[in-house]
Amino acid sequence: MTRHIKEKIIKNLFLVLSLISLMVLALIVMFLFREGLPIFREVSVYDFIFGSEWYPTSSPPSYGIAPLIVGSIVVTVLSSLIAVPLGILSAVYISEIAPASAKEILKAVIELLAGLPSVVLGFFGMVVLAPWFQDTFDLPTGLNIATASLMLAIMAIPTISSISEDALYAVPREFKEASYALGATKFETIARVIIPSALSGISTAVILGMARAIGETMVVLMVAGGAAAFPESIFDSVRPMPASIAAEMGEAPFRSGHYHALFATGIVLFFMTLAFNLVADYISRRFKEVGSATL
Amino acid sequence: MKKLVRLLIAAVTCASVIGASVALAEQSVIIKGSTTVLPIVQAATEAYMKAHPGVNISLSGGGSGDGIKALIDKTTDIADSSRSMKPEEIELAKSKGVEPMEHKIAIDAIVPVVNKDNPVKDLSNEQLNLIYQGKITNWKEVGGKDLQIVVISRDTSSGTYETWEQKILKGAKVTPKAQLQASNGAIVQVVSKNRYAIGYVGLGYVNKSLKGLKVNGIQASSATALSGEYPIARPLFMYTNGEPKGETANFLKFMKGAQGQKIVKEEGFVPLPHKK
Repeated sequence: MTRHIKEKIIKNLFLVLSLISLMVLALIVMFLFREGLPIFREVSVYDFIFGSEWYPTSSPPSYGIAPLIVGSIVVTVLSSLIAVPLGILSAVYISEIAPASAKEILKAVIELLAGLPSVVLGFFGMVVLAPWFQDTFDLPTGLNIATASLMLAIMAIPTISSISEDALYAVPREFKEASYALGATKFETIARVIIPSALSGISTAVILGMARAIGETMVVLMVAGGAAAFPESIFDSVRPMPASIAAEMGEAPFRSGHYHALFATGIVLFFMTLAFNLVADYISRRFKEVGSATL
Repeated sequence: MKKLVRLLIAAVTCASVIGASVALAEQSVIIKGSTTVLPIVQAATEAYMKAHPGVNISLSGGGSGDGIKALIDKTTDIADSSRSMKPEEIELAKSKGVEPMEHKIAIDAIVPVVNKDNPVKDLSNEQLNLIYQGKITNWKEVGGKDLQIVVISRDTSSGTYETWEQKILKGAKVTPKAQLQASNGAIVQVVSKNRYAIGYVGLGYVNKSLKGLKVNGIQASSATALSGEYPIARPLFMYTNGEPKGETANFLKFMKGAQGQKIVKEEGFVPLPHKK
């Protein structure tokens, strides 16, 4: 076997392997649409997305997922409010301030946090955090938006922190040196030079962290309480879309209206995460040249 | 063209691997379905496999709908269900050449449960109905403390919910503020930690960490469920494709026999009445 043929075989093997993942994705999307679209014969797209009543098994059923969409958005936004500052600031500390020994430990711990199975976090939220929350604030229920957001924030922090950290490392040394040379303090350098030049990477990190939170299932299923109503305060229960799909799919009769409605909810979720990813991609492309300017 | 051939070869390899694993599975029994029936079948399969070494039973939950779906797709030998198959499911099964056969294996009673600190002991059908519709919202209206009622329900497609809807809600809708939990175990977990809460679980799940309520003054028990006195009871089923054969038939016989029914009782469900 000549080197030439070997090279060719390897090349094609890699092509097939990468095509497989592409095919898998295409098949999943096709399946999602095939199973979800039939619901729109029973209910219009407008009534599905903006309808406020979710009673898929009543007769006649009502398939309005507005409360579920609102639930998803509320927990995602609130968890981002917690996770974004924590994630970014810990990234800044790790990449710019921490001494080498602390850096190693912190990085390892954050990676460990990323590897924590979501069901473990969900269980912790349900059994430890929720009862504590309920007793401390004397609430009717501990399974609410606030606890769910807190748990989701814990899941989003590693994503935000590690991607922002990469972005901070990518800031050219010359920028820092120039800043110090002009007499800037360390804080001024971080706040006015390093963070602004890593901003595209940090934005990507935030958006990917949010995408992680909106798609997360187990934690919201276990901790958000699951009420399919519009929340009135952050201590009300909500049912985000992934929780609704996970809880109901198991027993929805095969190819019934309810089954199709759950897949259609999946389509909505798919478009939301797709939008997040496109925005992240756009930002990282748009501002790419700015970061590594020609100095 | 060459690439296409390579892809085809890859596809054929994948297909034959999957085919081989299906062929292997035929030597064992696969059971899938309702989480309500799960604890019974779990104990029964353990006992059965101990008594019949060499038989391999693979068991998974997922819900009644999942089990029936698997039966229709012929990926399971037995489907556990906490409800009768729906007409449209039977129709779909028949169109795929599957003849579902129903086997009653136990009776389940559904019990409203509250926290141990809740002084309420007894609720009527009507009171439960109004609580679940969101029309009674404070425990003091039904003889308890001045606390808000946190209604906890199951996902609307679970078999337990369906029975609850039939026997308690009678067609009315559950308040949208009701919390949703995806399993009997989760309801036990939540209610045992929340003094505001009310939920409902299968009789087998009532334990010392929470309090089962009487309904219309009647305590849920094997005796009252069998006699029909207790108002919220339902049969549990196993479905097979046509007359069961081989190990599947043996297992069903075991399940319905004295040993299987003893397990049903041990797991907190109600055994079938003895055949006369």
